[in-house]
Amino acid sequence: MASYSTNEFRSGLKVMLDGDPHVIVENEFVKPGKGQAFNRVKLKNLKTARVIDKTFKSGESIEAADVMDTDMQYLYNDGEFYHFMEPDTFEQYAAETAVVGDAGQWLKEQDICLVTLWNNSPLIVAPPNFVELTITETDPGVRGDTAQGGVKPATLETGAVVRVPLFVEQGDVIKVDTRTGEYVGRARD
Amino acid sequence: MDWQPAASWDALALRARLLRATRGFFAGLGVLEVQTPLLVATSCPDPNIPGIPVRPSDGRTMYLHTSPEHAMKRLLCAGGPDMYQVCPVFRDGEAGQRHNPEFTMVEWYRHDMDYLDLAAETAALIEVLLDRAIPVDRTTYRDAFLSGAGVDPLTGDEAAVRDACRRAAVEVPASATRDDMLDLLLGTVVAAGLDAQKITVVSDYPVSQAALAQVRPDDPPVAERFEVFLAGMELANGFHELTDPREQRRRFVAEQERCRRSGRPVPPLDERLLAALESGLPDCSGVALGFDRVLMLAAGTGRLSDVLAFPYDRS
Repeated sequence: MASYSTNEFRSGLKVMLDGDPHVIVENEFVKPGKGQAFNRVKLKNLKTARVIDKTFKSGESIEAADVMDTDMQYLYNDGEFYHFMEPDTFEQYAAETAVVGDAGQWLKEQDICLVTLWNNSPLIVAPPNFVELTITETDPGVRGDTAQGGVKPATLETGAVVRVPLFVEQGDVIKVDTRTGEYVGRARD
Repeated sequence: MDWQPAASWDALALRARLLRATRGFFAGLGVLEVQTPLLVATSCPDPNIPGIPVRPSDGRTMYLHTSPEHAMKRLLCAGGPDMYQVCPVFRDGEAGQRHNPEFTMVEWYRHDMDYLDLAAETAALIEVLLDRAIPVDRTTYRDAFLSGAGVDPLTGDEAAVRDACRRAAVEVPASATRDDMLDLLLGTVVAAGLDAQKITVVSDYPVSQAALAQVRPDDPPVAERFEVFLAGMELANGFHELTDPREQRRRFVAEQERCRRSGRPVPPLDERLLAALESGLPDCSGVALGFDRVLMLAAGTGRLSDVLAFPYDRS
């Protein structure tokens, strides 16, 4: 089993702690002049998102988490699982609704997502940073209203609700930043 | 490619100016500059000060020195006068915001000088380098812990020290010994509790942390050792130097044993230093000052990499 020594610690490193995969968020090296050196580390549990503090004596090792980030195509949702496929191998993976979480509202079939696999099963699903989705429902706006800077809610084909400018209409395809949930613009086509 | 220097040209010019000021300070005191090898036959056996082994083609294992202490003491035993050295030193694995595995040390020795007078001289050099008057506070290791962590580091048992860590919300690794926890408290809450605007001399360490210092038979006994702090950061460490060769050998052997127990490589005993001590080390005090950290303060930065041309990761 691969392991990391404290001198390899850096933020972003994925390690096992108490049976769960964690990611290092912060790593501080503490050493009194002639004393024992320590690494004081903040780690986020990748399953629960809980952040904990942990101190290691420098030189100690910790098991690496068998975690891999892979680009996958989103196929469909059967009500219980979200299904993904690795485009190169055609291998399919099913992710529980709880694992997908808020990312689910941005997932459109065929889109490529970043799926983090742990022990070969999906642990985190990250939607693309930008998605293009069709508006299925919004109040009719008034053309030429752009100068007012007014906004209204719009429901998208995936069920997500975003705030859009008044001139945007039902049936329009818009671009959304999934990291902020904000409207970016109308899609070109 | 990150080939560019990490430090600004202002910081590099400041480094040159402070090096000149350091040499001027010692010239004014009549202290001799010496130069000893960076590549040495053995390393300090203290497992907390790991040396970096080097293997030349002659089949020997040499080390990049962790400090010039052993070589300078041999010069003192050979009749040397008050002396100082400015040189790079190497510590395996020490990397962080305030640590770099290679750093610059200013180390000096003064004959017949009380170790607390040497601490005052260290404060004076820091004031020269930072070019301003700074008030100096004195405390003992014991008082610093009593007020900073609420525990007596000399008499408190392991449970009391562990309790102090818990109260300070300092998470402790399962394998930590009592001394480890004291180190952890010193590196976190105790150092942070000192007045950041003042130079603080912390003196009289637990005997378990005597390193190369003489032990004074108080009740409880303490090591005649001091550290100098400013802005929550340790800048210097000094000793009333141990002169007894038998006691020195005993400590080296005990440290080798600690290396063995923690699975680290065990550097051979420095028999040349021990032979020099047999011939006689005059009564003296010595101190090592982390030059780059003083430079950090002079440059007004919290990151060591801001004052190094090429820190470890882009060397």
